[in-house]
Amino acid sequence: MNQPFRLAAGGRVDRSRPLTVTFNGRKLSGYRGDTIASMLLASGSHLAGRSFKYHRPRGILSHGSDEPSALLSVDWRADRGPGYRDPNNRATVVEAREGLVAKTQNHWPSLETDVGAVNDLLSPIFVAGFYYKTFMWPRKFWDKVYEPVIRRAAGLGEAPEVPDSDRYANRHAHCDVLVVGAGPAGLSAALAASADGSKRVILADEGFELGGSLLNDATSTIEGKPAMAWVEETLAALDARENVVVLPRTTVFGYYNHNHVAMVERVADHRDAAPESLARERLWQVRAGEVILAAGSHERPLVFENNDRPGIMLADSVRAFINRYAVLPGKEIVVATSGASAYRAALDAKAAGMGVTLVDIRLEQDCGAELADARAAGITVKTGHTVIKSLGTKRVTGLVVAPLGNGGQIGDKTTLACDCVGMSGGWTPSVHLFSQSRGKLAFDAELDAFLPGQSAQAERSAGACHGVYDLAAVIADGAKAGGGSVTVEATPSYTGFQPVRVLPTDADPSRVKAFIDFQNDVTAKDIKLAVREGFQSIEHVKRYTTTGMATDQGKTSNMNALGLVAGTLGRELPAVGTTTFRPPYTPVTFGALVGPARDDLFDPVRKTAIDPWAEKNGAVFEPVGLWRRARYFPKDGEDMRAAVARETKAVRTSVGIFDASTLGKIEIVGPDAAEFMNRIYTNAWTKLKPGRCRYGLMLREDGFVYDDGVVARLAEDRFHVTTTTGGAPRVLAHMEDYLQTEWPDLDVFLTSITEQWAVIALQGPNARKLLEPFVTDVDFSDDVFPHMSVTSGFVCGVPCRLFRVSFTGEQGFEINVPADYAESVWKTLYEAGQKYDIVPYGTETMHVLRCEVGFIIVGQETDGTATPDDLGLSGLVSKVKPDFVGKRSLTRPDMVASGRKQLVGLLTKNSDEVLDEGAQIVDDPAQPIPMKMLGHVTSSYASSNCGRSIAMAMLADGRSRIGETVWVTTPQGFTEATISNAVFYDVKGETADA
Amino acid sequence: MLLIRCPYCGERPEVEFHCGGEAHIARPETPTETSDADWAGFLYYRTNPRGVHAERWVHNHGCGRWFNALRDTVSDRFVTTYEMGTPRPEAGSDVTRA
Repeated sequence: MNQPFRLAAGGRVDRSRPLTVTFNGRKLSGYRGDTIASMLLASGSHLAGRSFKYHRPRGILSHGSDEPSALLSVDWRADRGPGYRDPNNRATVVEAREGLVAKTQNHWPSLETDVGAVNDLLSPIFVAGFYYKTFMWPRKFWDKVYEPVIRRAAGLGEAPEVPDSDRYANRHAHCDVLVVGAGPAGLSAALAASADGSKRVILADEGFELGGSLLNDATSTIEGKPAMAWVEETLAALDARENVVVLPRTTVFGYYNHNHVAMVERVADHRDAAPESLARERLWQVRAGEVILAAGSHERPLVFENNDRPGIMLADSVRAFINRYAVLPGKEIVVATSGASAYRAALDAKAAGMGVTLVDIRLEQDCGAELADARAAGITVKTGHTVIKSLGTKRVTGLVVAPLGNGGQIGDKTTLACDCVGMSGGWTPSVHLFSQSRGKLAFDAELDAFLPGQSAQAERSAGACHGVYDLAAVIADGAKAGGGSVTVEATPSYTGFQPVRVLPTDADPSRVKAFIDFQNDVTAKDIKLAVREGFQSIEHVKRYTTTGMATDQGKTSNMNALGLVAGTLGRELPAVGTTTFRPPYTPVTFGALVGPARDDLFDPVRKTAIDPWAEKNGAVFEPVGLWRRARYFPKDGEDMRAAVARETKAVRTSVGIFDASTLGKIEIVGPDAAEFMNRIYTNAWTKLKPGRCRYGLMLREDGFVYDDGVVARLAEDRFHVTTTTGGAPRVLAHMEDYLQTEWPDLDVFLTSITEQWAVIALQGPNARKLLEPFVTDVDFSDDVFPHMSVTSGFVCGVPCRLFRVSFTGEQGFEINVPADYAESVWKTLYEAGQKYDIVPYGTETMHVLRCEVGFIIVGQETDGTATPDDLGLSGLVSKVKPDFVGKRSLTRPDMVASGRKQLVGLLTKNSDEVLDEGAQIVDDPAQPIPMKMLGHVTSSYASSNCGRSIAMAMLADGRSRIGETVWVTTPQGFTEATISNAVFYDVKGETADA
Repeated sequence: MLLIRCPYCGERPEVEFHCGGEAHIARPETPTETSDADWAGFLYYRTNPRGVHAERWVHNHGCGRWFNALRDTVSDRFVTTYEMGTPRPEAGSDVTRA
């Protein structure tokens, strides 16, 4: 096996399950329980990518989700074809599985040889605010030079090139207690919270193994037993409790209002044999009674020259790789630290057989028991030393260190040869989720950390994210957060550190690169420069330098950046403030957020009962509101214009059949139904007899037209109202609003019946002849059943509400049948209509027909600023009714002023020319720009029945200008048109007025 | 996502609701006798306070009923909700619970 740095025994990997993954085309060997990072280290390599800006070689900094450097493109199911790759996976948390294909990022032509590394030499020009300073001028360089060059060079991984082939699931859950993190604090909290069985508890942890920091701990004991034995006992106890759900591989990434918490569970990526039907990830939305945050802490890097060389990692990560993965990160390690915890890493490295030197910036007398322990183990410890720089390029080869004098002066430098560095600048509690919950952070100077202060929601923090670091205290803190109390004996932890921001050096600080933010390539000198240039708020420094703004949200870098800004300004750290933490805690795939709502389910299409027939018969569809509607039915290769010409002709000469099912329909029932109608519509309804219909107009309170439609009075106390297709839900909501809030005294019920009644329109001179034989119980004579009337009966044996109405000017019927019967009634009528050469027509034809006879469409002619008078519909406004919605507004000064746009027709000089809908109208095309625009074209069609093009327009004072000439914009310029009445076809049949 | 307490259904997620603007804007009893200025005030003028705001809400993806709410426009916190037609609760009264 190609694992020279794998220890012969130990670790938590399963040596009975060997596996290989592909890494930049070569095979890495490892075991179940490995990550790609641990497999790479086992092979003896640290090189895991190139940096964002300078293309510097980067290794593996950490062992967890805070990893800023080792970002990989991973194809999770290369065997299944394209669509399973995503970029920017942190190598430290990619659970190894046979067959994974991983690639490093941000280099060309290869990881080893990357021409982009020239940026490192050019770094003097890539200073903080580079973009702001560079792209000011010259203007013509913006889109020709800067944009293309920067676009190519910017960004880390490559976005997937094909749609994601995976499935994603979602789930909602409620619980009494949600515990975030299954380290010692979280486990202890879950154990306490679930103890009496009365609370539903969810325990979620981002890792694939539970135990948190204890997974990396080979020496600590709890109650005399190895710490992991305590973890296993605790997990077994939790598993046995019915009220506990334990979710490994589940990252809590968002904390929202009222304890609404979002988590993503990785369901399939780690499975060898995952059925293709299995969702890759599951988005959980949990509403928790209480949330216990046990999110742990992040170790801080030390800031010194070239602190980003591959081989330099966080000290506790050295422990993790040795103890959990049984991998040595090198042969010779220097542990550089400003605190106690790194001594444990040094001891573990020594015990595992590495050569170890410890460099501690603290003075001898500031160290605790850890110092003696290290020396007792035979480790050379250099206290009171600073790190000047690292040596090497693609792998660290040495560390230059020097003693610090009492006055801070740098002593004689020593080079410590090494192939690995473990560094520790102290610890930062993970307060991301607490901060997302809008809790207020409080700075603790002793711990040099922001800790959870005032809570905004029902949440508590426990353990390291609460500033508690000693193992026994962490377990007690967790139990307390879970509502219990426990005292355990545990190995005392090495705690405490001396905050350092940038390690003292005698090098010219403006010439060295000492990285603060590894992922965004922000150095200490960038931050100092930003402060020198006048940025004092951390929020401004952050945006100017981009520190903390990478995908890792500065988990490892924020405190170093804050401390450096505070130190440069000579202020206390809390005075500089802290930046805002925002979801997601770690990157989340779009797939998980979108879930099943993609493709056909993204925006589900509403279809009518007759839609299958239309599809079979070659309809071309268009979206109308949420509906899909047949637009026209082309025959023999017709284009739209030809098909519409044929369909419109057929309706005026014989009969057409049209699916009007999408009309909004509302039934208004009750003793006060007529009074309600009087108040909602402009028309008067009291005298409308049952069995008769009327065209109704509805205004908003501001007097502008809101909707229209035919209204039928079925009985004294029952109206069947129709609305525009798109307006159905808002008209019902508008009615409900007035009924509930203004007129609760009215005894009326409103019910949507849009879906219940399908509507088949038969229009044309042969409509009655076609329909009559199929209808029983209805007298079709004009006296009994005239235009604008309604009756109930049976059509083809199916109960129907039969309207004699017309939206075409021809004799017409709208047959309302229960939706389930609509297709069969349609087919029967269509078959019988063959002897009249019946033509099915769609919405485009309907639009032309209604325009020919001058019927408006609300939302096409109107735009929310048209009054009834603007549309020539004053006749529909009752002068008698004392009040209705919008009435008072119609007499406001601006509503009756001259100069309002009015509905007119436009006839182009060239009768074949069809104007563009939306085209602007001017009097004089030669006038200077900006021209005075008088209105616009609202509807425009080629009309075969009129033998020319027709158009409607809203034009200032249009009705008084009929016969005059105006100019209308075209794609080429202007064309001339004559103002006319907005009625173009001489109606021989029936009008909508009644 | 906020939980909003519908007076008829209890606490439900905010996506089930729709806000209908400021509450307690009485429609004039006799609009025709209302001056242009007063009518414009009714139509267009709102208090837009910083702090507690009385609002109309409708549980449109639930029971469909309108109710009123006191909401803090700074914190987005719902102070209380109450039935249409009842007066605005005074600050500190028993009904003003979250």
